[in-house]
Amino acid sequence: MQKTTITPPQWSAGMFVQRYGIFLALLLLCLVLALISENFLTTRNILNVLRQTSINGILAIGMTFVILTRGIDLSVGSVAALAGVVAASLATTSSAGMVAGGPYPAVIAILAGLAAGMACGSVSGAIVARFGVPAFVVTLGMLSAARGMTLIYAAGRPIPNLTEEFRWIGTGSIWGIPVPIFLLLGTFAIAHFVLTQTRFGRHVYAVGGNPHAAKVSGLPLRKIRFSVYVISGALAGLAGMVLAARTGSGLPQAGIAYELDAIAAVVIGGTSLAGGVGRVTGTLIGALLIGVMNNGLDLLGVESYYQQVIKGILIVAAVMLDQSKNKQD
Amino acid sequence: MPPLLEVEGLSKSFSGVPALIEGKFRLEAGTVHALCGGNGAGKSTFLKIVMGIHDRDSGTIRRNGHEVTFSNPSEALKNGIAIVEQELSPVPAMTVAENIYMGREPLRSFGRIDFATLNRQTQDLLDGFGFAIRATDLMMDLTVAQTQLVEIAKALSYDAEVIILDEPTSALGEAEAEHLFDAIATLKARGKGLIYVSHRLSEIFSITDHYTVFRDGRFIQDGTTADITKEQLIQLIVGRPLNEEFVKENTPGKRVVLQVEGLRAQRGVHDLSFELREGEILGLFGLMGAGRTEVLDRLFGLSTETGGSILLNGQEARIKRPSDAIAAGIAYVTEDRKQTGLVLSSTVRDNLCLSSLGQLSRLGVMRARQEAAGAAGMIAELKIKAASDALEVTNLSGGNQQKVVLGKWFMIAPKILLLDEPTRGVDVGAKREIYRVISDFARAGGAVIMVSSESDEILGMADRVIVLKDGVKAGELARDQLSAEELLHLAA
Repeated sequence: MQKTTITPPQWSAGMFVQRYGIFLALLLLCLVLALISENFLTTRNILNVLRQTSINGILAIGMTFVILTRGIDLSVGSVAALAGVVAASLATTSSAGMVAGGPYPAVIAILAGLAAGMACGSVSGAIVARFGVPAFVVTLGMLSAARGMTLIYAAGRPIPNLTEEFRWIGTGSIWGIPVPIFLLLGTFAIAHFVLTQTRFGRHVYAVGGNPHAAKVSGLPLRKIRFSVYVISGALAGLAGMVLAARTGSGLPQAGIAYELDAIAAVVIGGTSLAGGVGRVTGTLIGALLIGVMNNGLDLLGVESYYQQVIKGILIVAAVMLDQSKNKQD
Repeated sequence: MPPLLEVEGLSKSFSGVPALIEGKFRLEAGTVHALCGGNGAGKSTFLKIVMGIHDRDSGTIRRNGHEVTFSNPSEALKNGIAIVEQELSPVPAMTVAENIYMGREPLRSFGRIDFATLNRQTQDLLDGFGFAIRATDLMMDLTVAQTQLVEIAKALSYDAEVIILDEPTSALGEAEAEHLFDAIATLKARGKGLIYVSHRLSEIFSITDHYTVFRDGRFIQDGTTADITKEQLIQLIVGRPLNEEFVKENTPGKRVVLQVEGLRAQRGVHDLSFELREGEILGLFGLMGAGRTEVLDRLFGLSTETGGSILLNGQEARIKRPSDAIAAGIAYVTEDRKQTGLVLSSTVRDNLCLSSLGQLSRLGVMRARQEAAGAAGMIAELKIKAASDALEVTNLSGGNQQKVVLGKWFMIAPKILLLDEPTRGVDVGAKREIYRVISDFARAGGAVIMVSSESDEILGMADRVIVLKDGVKAGELARDQLSAEELLHLAA
């Protein structure tokens, strides 16, 4: 008759690769690079890679929340730039672009940058959640609008001479490890905790996995959808400020096309654009994969244009692999 | 004591097409109340409004005497109403426990979900009902029957006063259904009220106390189950004596047009062999998840499985994609016309011409007059009610939409017609017309394979029935051997 006996799941090589595939790919890449280039496995280089990955990594973690709900946020690059110039205007010593009474303590500048990011995220999230306008369209609009606001706010010019205090979040280090890395790991830890341990996390997965089931179960779909865009905006703000701190000035042209790398990291990391499936761990590894690949090609002296081609191939290959995994039904 | 639930004058239309007109219902504590009605009767619409999934156009709903309005399911749940929907919709990548307690996961410090308690609670719940399912399994790894059991457990776990069960046994075998009935008896004893929707009249007569019949979106009659006979209930549901509902004027011929051997398909369908003769209507019956749709998908080239052989008129046929099937003269009216049968945003004419674009064009350019003539011909032949063929099909009633799908296929002059739930969501008037169309097609020598979960429909139309169970052929019945009990017995 019907199968009624319960048998425990069997572990197999296939399952192992499925779960850890992306991590194995990263290890393999590192191994290959370590063998090819003597400079790869040095402390300095590793810290370099991690530091360079941190901005994209933070963006990608925010993006993961959004994609899990079947959404997308194309505006993160522009929002990062906006947060960058807002924070810079409060933390600059130069008269160009300074807010009256400045420079303010770094804490104030950082809070302002986060607020700017969250404000943009709130607008996007509200329109997506309340009016059901497709996220692609809404965040595409925000991409444009936020960039425009950035240019207006900074009067089209860089805001240089940021205070040492503020620059610390981009150039400082603790125990020899650059601060951006801590920020990335901290963001990752919190995101991981929220998505795997909290009710909100389960709800994010449910809304993306089956919105109807979520609705009939009484979940507040609008609130959940709104929240993930606010999170994405906040993290875009954080990333933008780290970027400004590193460059030493708030550039209105910063962050252009950053959303693409963020989405690439999420997708390579195994999160499905269809929603409901994926982990920030994967996103982090995806971001590292891109970062290591870029670094490796740099060390080998390959031109950056080739890096772009390889990145494109990597994205498609990762998704194809993912799809063939899922086609077992 | 006021009734647990009292509904009056409930009406709802979708895009101008009425689905429910002045619906009426009354549920008393400690009773199981059957909600009966055929396809398109308005039952699901009624239940979805009660559950807050749809809003209503007019009418009142009273809970324990107080008037209520639910703008979303969360409010209905808080008000003590829970539902097992007809269409199963789990969150596939999450576990059984996470699905059941979605929205009310137990927490521990720092807002963390208490997975240990969650899993234990869920396992206790499942074990208490006698459902052999592990709380930590992923929903996507369960069988259809197990998925249905999980949804039942979920609805029952809310300890709601009003529990709605919409076709809860459509995928269950006899033993599992028994567990459900035990649970229902317990809830009844505790004073809960249950609304039970099922096509299986035997279930209705064995476990329900009252009944309400809807037909064509309207309230027809209610009463005590003990006071009505099966024939009377059928007549209320169908609206006319049963033998007038169907049109069957075909006689199966001898020539075998389709022969299937060792066929494999998705969902574990395997080792399937059968024949189809010209002029024959072959019924394909089985529980939800038995593999019926998968068989049709395979015959039409929609399956990635390619095992087994298909012989058309004695010749081996390689059907790898729908265009191969169409070229071989096979047409397929799918289960869900809105998703896979029609382009809702396109016009009646465009939909009718969709599968015959090749014949209606020359060198890639469409011939407008041919299109218009072809469409007009089908509209007349099938009596499709649409103000003009330039109307978007989404505005048509279910029955007319289904006729458009049939019209699309008849335009390619098929020899074999595959039908999956052909009268689902179709009002009674249009149903009879569709049966006439099917009968005429078979009478002219066409062969039909019809999948249906309504045993009445199979009994009324089929010359022969193959029963599927868990992906294999469980039995074959000739017309004179058919009965609802026999069908269900083989299927379960």
